[in-house]
Amino acid sequence: MTEHRAHLHGLMGEFETPEQLLSAAEKAREAGYKRVDAYTPFPIEGLAEAIGTRRSWVPLITFIGGLGGGLTAFGLQYWVAVITYPQNIGGRSLNSWPAFIPVTFELTVLGASIFAVVGMLALNKLPQPYHPVFNVHRFAAASTDRFFLCIEARDPKFNLSETARFLQGVNAQHVSEVNDEE
Amino acid sequence: MSTAEPPVNTTHIARSEPLLEPGHTYASVTDKIAAVVLTRPLGIGWLAGFTVTFAFTMLLLIAITWLFTKGVGIWGINIPIGWGFAIVNFVWWIGIGHAGTLISAILFLLNQKWRTSINRFAEAMTLFAVACAGIFPLIHTGRPWMAYYMFPYPSTMGIWPQFRSPLIWDVFAVSTYGTVSLLFWYVGLLPDLATLRDRAKNRVQQIVYGMLSMGWRNSARHWDNYQSAYLLLAGLATPLVLSVHTVVSFDFSIAIVPGWHTTIFPPYFVAGAIYSGFAMVLTLTIPLRKAYGLEGFITMRHLDTMAKVMLATGLIVAYGYFIEFFMAYYSGNKFDVFLAEQRLHGPYRHFYYALLLCNILTPQLLWFSKVRRSVPALFILSLIINTGMWLERFVIIIISLTRDFVPSAWGRYSPTFWDYATLAGTIFGLFTMLVFLFVRGLPAIAIAEMRELVHEGLARKEPS
Repeated sequence: MTEHRAHLHGLMGEFETPEQLLSAAEKAREAGYKRVDAYTPFPIEGLAEAIGTRRSWVPLITFIGGLGGGLTAFGLQYWVAVITYPQNIGGRSLNSWPAFIPVTFELTVLGASIFAVVGMLALNKLPQPYHPVFNVHRFAAASTDRFFLCIEARDPKFNLSETARFLQGVNAQHVSEVNDEE
Repeated sequence: MSTAEPPVNTTHIARSEPLLEPGHTYASVTDKIAAVVLTRPLGIGWLAGFTVTFAFTMLLLIAITWLFTKGVGIWGINIPIGWGFAIVNFVWWIGIGHAGTLISAILFLLNQKWRTSINRFAEAMTLFAVACAGIFPLIHTGRPWMAYYMFPYPSTMGIWPQFRSPLIWDVFAVSTYGTVSLLFWYVGLLPDLATLRDRAKNRVQQIVYGMLSMGWRNSARHWDNYQSAYLLLAGLATPLVLSVHTVVSFDFSIAIVPGWHTTIFPPYFVAGAIYSGFAMVLTLTIPLRKAYGLEGFITMRHLDTMAKVMLATGLIVAYGYFIEFFMAYYSGNKFDVFLAEQRLHGPYRHFYYALLLCNILTPQLLWFSKVRRSVPALFILSLIINTGMWLERFVIIIISLTRDFVPSAWGRYSPTFWDYATLAGTIFGLFTMLVFLFVRGLPAIAIAEMRELVHEGLARKEPS
């Protein structure tokens, strides 16, 4: 953040319907705004793309977790049954891999699930108890029936009066300043 | 599970009964569900129910304390019946725990919209059922303080678990299932916890829900990652839910005991699990929707659809019973034939007849739409099916163990007071107490998903 706007996080416009918000988000992108976020009470198709989000990393992280879980499980069972604690039971083969499949499967699912959840939280930068948008009084409605578009002050195109005019131009009902209280 | 919905009936019901009472808005669904948690005063009914279930939970603790003091000899088990009530209850509870993940994951992937208003509640039920289930294998080990031996850890003795044993698979299957169910539930709760935080009426609610929601702020970027994670979890939980009861059935089918050593067990256990799980969802949903006025969200269509799922899975279970008999006589294996006759004529035959009555005969009433539309009838049927599924596990475990290969090794089993106390302590105690706490502490219906449902309803109306 720059010196003279140390406390301004951005400008937030409020909309009544998801369709209005979606078209406003698209117009903001066309107008060249890059640091934009939208807040909605439920997921809206196409909104993440409209505010310029790239493909989620969650699937890749999940895949890595699953792969790691599965390899760890099979590796551990192999190591235990063949190398460190072999048991000769009627001369049966030590690497009895079909018997190792259930645990391998379970730990694949476990690894993938934990990575999916932790990865999702990490990508969303949660837990994050404080965020400037919570300072906007009307913002609580973002979890009920109001839709918000926030153009952030760190956007190179951001200009307090022009951005406010832009938000009013795309039919935002209320435009409020989002201040970052130290 | 598409078999559960014959196409003719679906269209008929889809026209006549909505998934959500008409006229709801984003705000009205949010208000109504959040109010149960945030503003509604504690009623006499809740307090009375909580007191009773708390008392039963104490009974469970007493029973377990006495067990730890005296050992498993206080139960009715003795060689050859080493698996008495503990394993009957374990298999029964873990089976009940299947409906939640089935509703949340499999029906989510199949895009079944009717799951929305019951999934949160069913997931919670799953967690509580798994918590009850987890107690039993632990306490039946005799020396439960040594239970950590079952996990692979570098012990100073240099010993490791036997990974070829289904009992070790079970440890991994059940603990994975519990963990993944918890994660799935929590991820689903995250936006709703944020909703509760935003509408908190006092400082305590604000702090508690604020911490639990981790600062979720409904950002489109959050939702994007969230949806991706939720879809993946659903995809992961789908094979998982089918694997858990499969692995539980391996505990039996890998053994050579007559009546256990059959290949039908995995699918038939999974079908039975879904059967009892849906029965338990109905048992809990019917009083819940009445008590909190949620009939507009959990409509007759939900109850009807759940009844059809029960009917379908009940028929699979009936097929399983039939195949058990068929295979015994078809194979001509004398131990299997003997077991089949023990079920029909042996000392525990009453349990088998009661099982057929509860699980096969009575549920055929669900073919009639009049029965499926009658709330009291569904409630009673769900109780009957729950009883039947418990009897099924009793029949499988007790009849097979009391009379196996050599008559000199036969025995009899009768449970003691402590067996009943532990069972009652989980059913009327721990499980129900957790349900009571849940409905007042967390939103019992997924609020964000209900808003989505309202949105889809609005979007559908617009073109016309």
